[in-house]
This record gives sequence, C-alpha cells and structure tokens, in this order.
Amino acid sequence: MAARWMALIVLALSAVATQVALEGRIATPTASATVPWVQSPPLMRRLTLGWNTIWADVYWIRAVQYFGGTRLSRNAEKNYDRLYPLLDITTTLDPRFNIAYRLGAILLAEGYPNGAGNTDQAIALLEKGMRAMPEKWQYPHDAGFIVYWWRRDPATAARWFLQAEKVPGAPNWLRPVAASMLTQGGSRETARELWLELARNGEHEWLQRAGRRGLMQLDAEAQIDVLQRIVEQFQTHAGRLPTSWDEVVAAGLLRQPPVDPAGSGYTLDPASGTVDVATSSPLYPLRQKGSGG
Amino acid sequence: MRAIAIVAGGVFRDSIRERIAYGLVFFALVLMAASFLLAQLTAGQDVKIIKDLGLAASSVIGLFIAVFFGIGLVTKEVDRRSIYALLAKPVTRSQFIVGKYLGLAVTLVVNVAVMTAALYVVLAYFEWTTPGGAKEAWEAPALDPALIKAFALIAVELLVITAVALFLSTFSSPFLSVALTVAVYIIGHFGDDLKHLDNIVESKTLATIARGVYYVMPNLERLDVKSAVVHAVPVTGAHMLFSALSASLYVALLLTASTLVFARRDLK
Repeated sequence: MAARWMALIVLALSAVATQVALEGRIATPTASATVPWVQSPPLMRRLTLGWNTIWADVYWIRAVQYFGGTRLSRNAEKNYDRLYPLLDITTTLDPRFNIAYRLGAILLAEGYPNGAGNTDQAIALLEKGMRAMPEKWQYPHDAGFIVYWWRRDPATAARWFLQAEKVPGAPNWLRPVAASMLTQGGSRETARELWLELARNGEHEWLQRAGRRGLMQLDAEAQIDVLQRIVEQFQTHAGRLPTSWDEVVAAGLLRQPPVDPAGSGYTLDPASGTVDVATSSPLYPLRQKGSGG
Repeated sequence: MRAIAIVAGGVFRDSIRERIAYGLVFFALVLMAASFLLAQLTAGQDVKIIKDLGLAASSVIGLFIAVFFGIGLVTKEVDRRSIYALLAKPVTRSQFIVGKYLGLAVTLVVNVAVMTAALYVVLAYFEWTTPGGAKEAWEAPALDPALIKAFALIAVELLVITAVALFLSTFSSPFLSVALTVAVYIIGHFGDDLKHLDNIVESKTLATIARGVYYVMPNLERLDVKSAVVHAVPVTGAHMLFSALSASLYVALLLTASTLVFARRDLK
C-alpha cells in the first residue's frame, strides 16, 4: 500500500513537472482566442437550452475583456472587429441586459484607437435595445448623444432626444436639449449638460466615469481653442510657427508647457501649428471637427 | 401509504449515502469563488451574474441528479436483483414506483432549497459590502425574494424530468433512457421553434407534426423564469400556479404510465 502511495505522489509530481518543463517550449496549435465559437446569435440562444442568461454573462465578460485587451495592446493596428458580434450575442442571449447596450454602445462609438470608432454599430446596438425594452428612454437618449458627439449631427441627435422624451417616465430636460440642438446646432454648453447628467446620474460607475471623461474632453477642447490662439499670436510676432512649447514659453506667451485635464501634455505640430491632445492621453481622441461617424 | 413512505425514505437515505451532498458543496464553492472573481471582471454586473450563476448551477446540478438518479431508481434495483426482496414485502409495484419517485423528489427539493439558501448567503455578502450608491444600479435588490419563484419553478422542472427518466427506465436500457430524457429536456426548451416551424420549413406535414409535438411534450420554457426574476420583470402568481399545475399533470401522467408498464414487466 505504501508503495502505491509513493507511486501516486511520484506520478503526480512528474506529471506537473513535465507540464512546467514543456511550458513555452512547444507551441500548442490553437484557434485565435478572439474568435467566438458560435457566431450566430439566434443559434447560440437555441443551444443554451434555458441557460441563456449565464451564457450572456460569459459573452459579456468576453466582450469587456476583449475591449480592454485590445485597447491596452501595444499593437499599432488595433482591431475591434469582434466587439460588436460579442455584444450582439450577449444581448440576443439576454435581451434585457441593460448595461450591455449602454456601455457597449459607448465602447463601440468611442473614437479609434481607444475605442472601436464605429457609431453605426453603436446605434444598431441601441436600436436593438429599444426593440427589446421600449420603456427605456436611455437608449434613444444615448443614440442622440452618440450622433451629436461623435458625428456632430445636431439635427439627427435632436430627433433621437425627442424620441426619448416621448417614452413614459422620461425626464423633462430632454425636450430643452433637443431644442438647443436644433436652434444652436449643439453648443459646447449643451454637450456639457449631457455629460454632466451622465457623470451624476449614470446607472453605473462605468457610465459615470464615461461622463467625467467627456467633461474633461470638453475642457480640453476649450483649452485647445485658447492654445490655438496663442500659437497664432506667436506666429504673428515671430513670423513663423513655433517648433515646440518651450519656444512659446520663452516668448512669454505661456508660463509652462500646457497639460490637458487628464495630466498629459498637449502636442504641437510644428508644420501646421495644430494643437491636440497627445495620443498617450486618456482623453485621446477628441472628436474631429465636422467629421462624420 | 406507509409502504410508499418507506420506499421513499430508502431512496432519500440512499441519495445521501451516494454523496449527492458533494454536488451541494461544489455549488457553494463555485458561487463563493465566482463572487470574488466577478467583481474584477464584469464591469459592475457582479450581483446579476451571481444570481444567473446560482440559478444556472442549481438547474444543471439538479438536472444531473434528476436524469442519472431518476434512471437508476428502477434499473439499479433490477440489476442488483434487490427488487425481489422488496417486492416480497407487502409493497405493490405501483407503490414501489411512486415511493421511488417521491424519494428522489424530496431529495431534489431539499437540494434546491439548500442551493437557494447558499445563493442568498453569497448575495447577503454583496448586500452588506456594496456601497449604497452602487446599489442603485441594480435592477433588483440582491436579496430579492422573487428569486424563490425561479428556484421553485426549477424544482418543478426537475420533478418533471425525474418523472420522464423514471418512466423511460421502466422499459428501456439505462443508456437509451438517459438519451431520451435529455431529448425530452431539449425538446421541452425548443417549444417556440416547434410551434412556429412553418416559418422555416415548407412541408405542412412536418410543421403540423412539430406543432403536435409542441402540444404533447411538457413545455419547459414556461418553467424558466430565471431571466425575468434577475431583471425584476414581475412573475405573476397565476403564471406560477398554472405552470406548476400543468407540470404536475405531466408528472401524474408519467407516474401512472410508469406503474402500468412496470406492472406488466417480467422481472424473472
């Protein structure tokens, strides 16, 4: 009996030791970890046989991990292609998965490379949410916000806000926001109100964080306007564009090289004199002026 | 009646001896481990996911017990020849079948009740450790009493599956019984697809057969309110009552059929 126990221990240790020894030495042929095994959401729903919500959770975790992994990767060509399919499966398996629609749309719409930069998919996800839960005013509201913020299309955004306002129980500030979009073309003040609302009353910490980030991006936009004028001032006096912030500081136009609200230094393009947030800044990218989605 | 109770008591004691409790320990460990991991992984959906996990695990573990123990209820006694000793006592074949069923039914209900309690303990941990502001994001409170409705219907579903397994095991081999019980479980969850098969197939005959199967087979989807409860969608008392009533009719039907088949079975 003692010999058998000894054999058991020796075999167990050998098995583990062999695994450790082989680790990293022999490449294991595997499919790409990012490829969902089942790509058809309706088929996936049938295959789950009543355990659809727990599978929705699995796909939601995969979506969050996929987004985080892609965003943090050092790969120059970040690819978010799998994000929408993962969110689509998640919300087909659990059509009432609220955060998957709201946070998912934010991740899809977020400008590339820190997000997928795909407002069409973000709107499509929210429209799916509207069909599943027509009682949620937040989905047309988020669609309006995305259209306004990332596509800079206040007229379409106003239509979404008015649609949200019609949902019973919707807050009364949606109509004035829509009016502001239509009359002022969506001023920075209107955007501030929307981000502030999300930062204060977002249903979840992640949404509130997105709101706070949006507010910082707005501050950065305002600061860039001021810095751009300072660069023009430098050009007027020196007859050329500054090559760095140090030159602007030396000229007495700034006390120190400027930093954005997240603490990263602004970039200055010596060729064009364009000021922007650094690509390493958490606020990058700011919405492009007059760009589409 | 006493004979049924004695047989049922024997099944309950056997199930404890066969270490069904290990499944419960596994369930509790999975829940606890998951609860510590999920907060880091799920973008704040920890309570929803713990509920989903608890309900799904309870359903899966219960399904395994219902299928494998349900089929073993009769086949084990026949294979071990212990059935002769049992039937030599003042126990009729019908009492034997009903007693066996009730014994496993009690085991399953106790299992589901323990798993319900374990889930509430884990959820209580979240309730106490989550700050008030974060709780506002929850669709339903962590210690939502409505979870009991989902667990109750899981138990009802398991009782139907146990009856199916028992019925099949009275006349077919264990392997075939497992396969057919699983098939009934799958068909029971494909209700809508069967009912609306005419949307995807051209053959009217096939669509009619599928619709017939839909009405004949127990509709297990109706007993699945896990998603509704987790998302705070109201589950009415009428839904609970009529779903349970419909399921109990199937159980009665299957038990009656089991006693009829078993009464005619040649055990020599």
